[in-house]
Parts: sequence; C-alpha cells; structure tokens
Amino acid sequence: MKHRPLFLKIISAVILFGAWEIGGRSGVSFAFPPFSESMVAFWSLIIEGTMFKAYAETLKPLVVGIIISGLLGITLGIWIGLSDKFDWFISPIFIVMQAAPLAALIPLLIMAYGIGLTSKVFVVCIMAMPVIVLNTSAAVKNTPTNIKEMAKAFQGKDIDVIFKIILPASSPIIFAGLRLGVSAGFIGAILAELKITPTGVGDIISYSRSIADYPSMYAAIFSIILLAVLFLNILEKMENFLFKGNNQGYVSE
Amino acid sequence: MSKDNAVTVKNVYKNYGETEALSDMSLDFPRGELTSLLGPSGCGKTTLLKIIAGLLPATSGEVIVNGQIVKEPGPDRAFVFQDFALLPWASVIRNVAFGLELRGVVKSERESIAQKYIGDVGLKGFENSFPHELSGGMRQRVGLARALSVDAQVLLMDEPFSAVDEQTRRKFQEDLLNLVKNENKTFIFVTHSIEEAVYVSDQIALLLPRPSRVSEIIRPTSFKNKDVDSIRRDSEYLDIVDRIWKSLRTYVK
Ligand SMILES: Nc1ncnc2c1ncn2[C@@H]1O[C@H](COP(=O)(O)OP(=O)(O)OP(=O)(O)O)[C@@H](O)[C@H]1O
Ligand SMILES: [Mg+2]
Repeated sequence: MKHRPLFLKIISAVILFGAWEIGGRSGVSFAFPPFSESMVAFWSLIIEGTMFKAYAETLKPLVVGIIISGLLGITLGIWIGLSDKFDWFISPIFIVMQAAPLAALIPLLIMAYGIGLTSKVFVVCIMAMPVIVLNTSAAVKNTPTNIKEMAKAFQGKDIDVIFKIILPASSPIIFAGLRLGVSAGFIGAILAELKITPTGVGDIISYSRSIADYPSMYAAIFSIILLAVLFLNILEKMENFLFKGNNQGYVSE
Repeated sequence: MSKDNAVTVKNVYKNYGETEALSDMSLDFPRGELTSLLGPSGCGKTTLLKIIAGLLPATSGEVIVNGQIVKEPGPDRAFVFQDFALLPWASVIRNVAFGLELRGVVKSERESIAQKYIGDVGLKGFENSFPHELSGGMRQRVGLARALSVDAQVLLMDEPFSAVDEQTRRKFQEDLLNLVKNENKTFIFVTHSIEEAVYVSDQIALLLPRPSRVSEIIRPTSFKNKDVDSIRRDSEYLDIVDRIWKSLRTYVK
C-alpha cells in the first residue's frame, strides 16, 4: 500500500518527461528543446556552480516571503475565522489581492519600495498569502459546532477550544492552503526576478532566452519545479508530524 | 416539600428566532435521583439539557444547580451528547480522557481514570482505535465514558443508549440503576423508550409537543427496591408503561 503512491508518481513523471522528450524532438518549435538536452544543460549549470549562485539569490525573497505568508497568513486567517467584525474588515483586502493582476502592481511596488529585496518579498507575499488566509479562515469558520460545544461543556477555555478543537479540525484545509500558497510563492519569486531586476534563477531564464540558449532556460524552469515539489513534500511530512491522526478520516455522527 | 433539589428549572422560555422551543417550563430534579424526560421528537429535550448545562442561554427564566443560577458550564455537570461529539482525530483513550485533559489533570492520571471507564462501557482493547474505526454504538459508549470519567454531580444524558444493541442496552440500564443507588448523583436522562424510562427512573416527566412544558410527572414507587430482574414483571411497572403510552399516544397522529 505504502509503495503505490511512489510508484504512481514515478509513472506520471516518466509520462510527463517522455512527452516532453517526444515533443522536443518532433520539432514543435526550435525554442522547445527535448527533455534530454535540457537535462544536459541542467547538469552543466550545476557543475559550473551557476545554479547554486542563482538559488542563493532567489531563495532569499522566496524563503522570507513564504515564512511571512505562512505565519501571518495563518494567524490572520484564524482571527478572521473567529471574529465576524475582523472578517468584515480584513477579508476584502485578500480577496482583492487574490484577484489583482500582479503585473500591474509591480510598478507600484517598485515606486514604493525600490528594486531591492523588499519589493521581491512583497511579490512573493501577494502571491502566497491570500490563499493561505482565505483557506484558514474558511476552515476555522466551518469547525463543527458540536465538538466546540463539547469542549465548552467540559469547561474548555477559549484557548483550549482554539488549540485543541479548531486548529486540529482545520489543519487539513489550512495545510491545503499552505501548499497552494507555497506553489504560488515560487511563481511569485521568479516573477519578481523577471519583472523587477533579473537576479538568481530569473536571471538565468532571461539571459539564456536573450542568447537563445533554450536548453538552459528550460533547465532553470525545471529546477524551480523540482524545488517546489521537494518543498511540498517537506510540508506534507510536517503536517503528518504535527497533526498525526487528523488524516484518520472524519465520521459524520 | 423540603426535598433537596440538585437542579431546578424555573419558568424557562426558549425561542430560536421565531421558533418557540420551550414555553414556561418548570421542573425539579431531586438530588440523588434519576429523572427521565419523555416527549415527542423535536419537543425541546436537547434544548432543555443544553440550557441546564449552561451551553445555551434561556430566553427568560432561570436554572438553578446546587443553589446557584446557571450562567456557564461548570464542573458539577457532565454531558452525554445525542450526536456523541467525539474528536475524530483523537484515539478512544484521548477522547474519554478529554474532559479531564481540559481540567488540567496530568496525562498518566487521566489515562488511568479513562482506562477504568473504557472497561466499564465494554471497550477494553479499543483504547488506541479512532472513532471512525468504531461502530455507532461503540462511539456512543466513548461519549458515555467521557462523561462518567469527570465525576460530576449532575449527569445530563441525551439519549445515551440510543445506538447500542438491546443486550448492551439492558446491561447499561442495570448499571445505571446501580449507579443511581450507590452514588449520590443526579441523573437527567432523555429517552424515547417508555419501557426504559419506567425501568430506570425515580421520576418521569412527560413533555408536551413544542412549545414544550411538563404535562405530567410520574413517580414509580413500589418496584424501586426490588431486584433488577423482577422489575419488568412488576404490575406497577406494567401499569405505568401503559399509562404513559396512553398519554403520549394522543400526540402521535
Ligand atoms: N440551533 C437551532 N436553531 C433553530 N432551531 C432549533 C435549534 N436547535 C433546535 N431547534 C428547534 O427547537 C426544537 C427543539 O429541538 P431539540 O433538539 O431540543 O428537540 P429534542 O426534543 O431534543 O428532539 P429529539 O428527540 O428529536 O432529539 C426543534 O423544533 C428544533 O427545530
Ligand atoms: Mg434531542
């Protein structure tokens, strides 16, 4: 049973990369190299150390932005979920943030915060935070009333109700929001590097495109996806560690 | 009447918006006795229990428990919920010990107490199972054990045996009679079974359909001191069952 998901993951990776290889070889476009060429470029970027230098740059706004989005996003989400007044006050900001075209906001961010790390962290947060906040608040609001009532009947204090009932009950949806938020944060980090100042992985992408070195460009994109998948797996491990038992399924009665 | 009442309900009204659930409900619950509430579905039995528990405010009127007006849940009352209200992510032993956990009892102590009541309700060996792995009747017994383990003076039991099989139900009824006899606790017991009510009760309150009031109070006397096995053949027992059925039949169209 344990091995089936891994097996399926390998199968789907093989199919995806196989299609990439075939697509690249059949010559859809000279700007779309096959998987194997991209991997060769990927390897040489690693050997040269270019990849590591690039990630030393890219990870800064990404990690800072995701940590801020995660901590602040979950805290705000809980607060919104608990208080109708706060919901009325704060939720619209995140709904607008989620719907706003980021490309249009970037010039404003540059004007306000310059072209440094701050603006890039902002871009990551704008991408990552709304889905984290909105998922968390929805989960908190939908905590079954019967178990909240039960905790109160046995003299649970408000803090007990939050930490022993609401948070564990909401954790699957909070983590689903975190996963979506982290994925969006990765996109945000690259977008920031493409739109604000070309540094890190964004620089590899725009530079190799400008000299028509498409395998290197795809290698850079591939590396981001790889890192995102890795990160999401770590997140899943964390969820299982923090809230083991929550994946035990829900009973309706 | 100088009888000592553990719980007194005085002129309680309860409206849910337009819906009148309780209307001028008054009822005394003598200390150390078991009082059954018997009435048609939707007449407000759960509502009354939750008001006594301090989980719901009455629209008007008051509830007095041990001489004090009820404003919030207290350690003197424990609740057995109609819908069980178990934590789906917590094992049986954590669920049973949860009331004690909220009261700050240390883990080793609360688990040894929980262990005893898990045995009493016949769930030995299921300590580490999760609610979704249990049958409906077994889940109900977890909720029962949780309420018993906090050692409250007043037990509010909302159809506590509704999901268990007939054999277990009869055993629990006998256990309940022994509990009432041996411990000076006050039981408020909701049931839909006339036979069950007459078998276990010192006092039976028949409730009118919504908006609910007490229509009749019946106090079985002669068979109370008899051996548990001969109660069901006692002529007063049979008469009372018959009388209640005649009186409730008028509501069933
Ligand atoms: N939260 C609520 N909001 C609105 N109406 C409610 C609410 N809870 C209960 N009611 C209404 O109040 C009435 C009494 O409900 P209650 O649950 O107390 O009945 P009950 O006697 O316990 O019924 P049953 O025997 O089926 O459990 C019902 O008509 C129900 O529709
Ligand atoms: Mg009910």
